[in-house]
Amino acid sequence: MTTNLVDLHISEALKLLDKKEISSVELTKAHLAEMEKARFLNAYITETPEIALEQAQLSDKKRASGEKIGRLEGIPIANKDLYCTKGIKTTAASKILSNFIPPYESTVTQNLKDAGTVMLGKVNTDQFAMGGSTMTSYFGVTKNPWTDENGEYNLVPGGSSGGSAAAVSAGLCMGATGSDTGGSIRQPASFCGITGIKPTYGRCSRYGIVAFSSSLDQAGPMARSVEDCALLLREMAGHDPKDSTVVNTPVPDYTAALTGDIKGKKIGIPKEYRSNDLNPEIAAAWDKGIELLKNAGAEIVEISLPHTKYALPVYYIIACAEASSNLARYDGVRYTTRVDGSSLDEMYENTRTDGFGPEVVRRILLGTFVLSAGFYDAYYTRAQRVRRLIYNDFITAFESVDAILAPAAPSTALSYEAMQNMSPVDTYLGDVFTTPASLAGVPSLALPITIAKNGLPIGLQVIGKHFDENTVFKVSGVLESLAGFDKKPHHVKG
Amino acid sequence: MSFNETTIKNISKLARLHFPAEQEEKFTKDINSILNWVEELKEVNVDNIEPLVSVSMQEPQFRKDEVTTGELQNELMANAPESAHGFYVVPKMVE
Repeated sequence: MTTNLVDLHISEALKLLDKKEISSVELTKAHLAEMEKARFLNAYITETPEIALEQAQLSDKKRASGEKIGRLEGIPIANKDLYCTKGIKTTAASKILSNFIPPYESTVTQNLKDAGTVMLGKVNTDQFAMGGSTMTSYFGVTKNPWTDENGEYNLVPGGSSGGSAAAVSAGLCMGATGSDTGGSIRQPASFCGITGIKPTYGRCSRYGIVAFSSSLDQAGPMARSVEDCALLLREMAGHDPKDSTVVNTPVPDYTAALTGDIKGKKIGIPKEYRSNDLNPEIAAAWDKGIELLKNAGAEIVEISLPHTKYALPVYYIIACAEASSNLARYDGVRYTTRVDGSSLDEMYENTRTDGFGPEVVRRILLGTFVLSAGFYDAYYTRAQRVRRLIYNDFITAFESVDAILAPAAPSTALSYEAMQNMSPVDTYLGDVFTTPASLAGVPSLALPITIAKNGLPIGLQVIGKHFDENTVFKVSGVLESLAGFDKKPHHVKG
Repeated sequence: MSFNETTIKNISKLARLHFPAEQEEKFTKDINSILNWVEELKEVNVDNIEPLVSVSMQEPQFRKDEVTTGELQNELMANAPESAHGFYVVPKMVE
């Protein structure tokens, strides 16, 4: 067997499994061995090798006996440690939930189990998914498997789904769940040279995902190809009585959209995203993407999303407001961690002050402030009104185009030092290209397009209409095959 | 400055958090810089624009109000820092 099992795409592995050329146990063992070698990346918070091997053995048995198998039977994946997994520690990368063992399973991870996947473990994230670097994790930073110009592992993988992105990029799993509130799938995908999609709000159930901002949080897959994301999303998505925001419409076979034909498709290029301070290499990568789509027969149309510049402030007001409310439940009564006090209130205060990291505290304070009497209308309601204008921008744009092409992040992966020296506002600016689609609830897929002079990947995002993931996959598939991005991170090249 | 040393005390109290003075100062500074940055929203004309509360494409679905889970008491209590007889234990509130 010459194929390196940890380099395979899910689509390739499924064929080999079907032909009985490999087994799920072999595939799983290869990944477990790779995880052990790559512990220095700190991609996983909890490894679950026993569960993985047990699931893989069961999967091989099912396949051998001719029983009905899942569509992703035997594929080893990782779950972001924000997804509740029954009987397995789920920390949200926080101190306050560091010993929390959920008595139930999230709908999305249950769906993936039902599809036959094997779980390798739980991967790192920014604490409560708040951040763009995984540096806010209570369990330490995850290292980007791509190195800096001196060959040092000094770069952030992005975040909040940085553990997922690093694990997928380094071959420590075949695919992973992520979650995206304001760019938490797309920005780390871009930083690590992989593919990830935030589907339409309402496509995947949020049941059992530790809540950050309920009107924005959305689950999505991260993998090493557009097709693999399509395969994973099909299983993750779908109606769920436990989350009333999930639409009750059939989930299509997204791989059927990967026809390679985008002739006549209209692709919008939002002029507001091309500001004067746009990094020239990011601009060039964007131009390359535009050129590729044009060559494939798409029609390129300049569009305007006039309220783009307000997306970041709107996002931070709404996300923090909802977070302050969602995180009120961590009170030292129900979730494992308690720091005693002389009164009930003092116990609440001691537990929460000890249990939340500084970025989480900052967001709770900001959120509590914008919801407080006297400031609610000026900040929170105003932000919701501007959110409607941002939403309307997309609705109007999609009257004349089928999809939108834009950069995924304003830079390549940053160093820890650079991130540490940034003010909170400066770090928030990293979400400039991703928050508008989040606020509008439209689907957006990020994929690697080229390599910058510093040797690091640059990603673009394809944004689609509500529930039109098919067009997003179709356009992304063409972009992927024409860009021919095949670079591997330093860790994989060895 | 809309967010000062009095505000941080009130807001911390509301959020059930408390900090030593130097941390209060740091958070006050951080939050002020964020609030200054979001000021630009004031320039947007939002007259007659309804707040967007949810981008969900469907009306909330109601389900029958019936028990679907069963006996979860012990499982839920397993995560409690302190419990007794199947109940959460909290510090005494009434003397």
